[in-house]
Amino acid sequence: MAKLTLADLRKLRDEKQKSMDKRDPSNKDAQIIVGMGTCGIAAGAKETFNAIIEELDAKGISHVLVRQTGCMGLCHSEPTVEVIVPQMPVVIYGNVTAETGRKIVDDHIINKKLIDNHICDKPAMDIVR
Amino acid sequence: MHASVCDTIADLVQNAVEAGASRVELDVYTGPDTVKVRVADNGKGMDQATLAKAVDPFYSEAGKHDHRRVGLGLPLLYQTAEAVNGTVDIRSAPGKGTTVGFIFDARHLDTPPLGDLPATVLGLMTFSGTCELILTRSTPSDRYTLARSELLDTLGNLEEAGNLILARDFLRAQEAELT
Repeated sequence: MAKLTLADLRKLRDEKQKSMDKRDPSNKDAQIIVGMGTCGIAAGAKETFNAIIEELDAKGISHVLVRQTGCMGLCHSEPTVEVIVPQMPVVIYGNVTAETGRKIVDDHIINKKLIDNHICDKPAMDIVR
Repeated sequence: MHASVCDTIADLVQNAVEAGASRVELDVYTGPDTVKVRVADNGKGMDQATLAKAVDPFYSEAGKHDHRRVGLGLPLLYQTAEAVNGTVDIRSAPGKGTTVGFIFDARHLDTPPLGDLPATVLGLMTFSGTCELILTRSTPSDRYTLARSELLDTLGNLEEAGNLILARDFLRAQEAELT
């Protein structure tokens, strides 16, 4: 089989964009930020990241930005995920397994409900000035 | 020791980006006998004294994190190299940049597995900022290259879930088709 080229990738992207119908404008400024420092990766942040993008894609949500960042100083609760949704408090979730990552998409992003037992108070004091 | 070579790669590329590099080259070679990685950046570089300190686990550059007293990236690399008959070569010049290269013996029992290169590279390519990252992946008989700018150019936005999945699957396909 011939190797996949960037031109093929562009085609796949165009097809995908066409198949996306109406986008939900209420989520336009929402962000999900996954901590991908060494501590996060060791605790499974790659799996969490994958679960989140797959769930967003499966639910057809295209306007939530998924970003990555380094260590937020909460290495004891990795993987950590920060969620910013307009008109909701900014929340850092800790111990976000792949399953909890999917819950973030379903409960926090879609249903606008916080997820119990995973909320961390704030980033560690040596990270926030 | 890190669980995979990819974890070391992630450390080194993050170091390069934190050193203010605008361009990072990442070469990853795997053959039957060796695993060879090179990370070259055009960041601020280090003088000999700083370089000597950088391999000390109880040294971290001031300003990275206020109260953090350890910096484990390079020390973990040296530890692994020592354990698997490997070598580490660091060249650095202030104002010019740093090149870190390492070679591990692929047949050594303790050499960590390569790990998930597509996921690691996707992670590094989707970090915010404008730093260019050029991956050259090779084996004795095959190779592919991919630059972050090419990926951005093709997909437009690397923060949308759909595009991230396309980029991940593209990298997975490149790796799977490698002979």
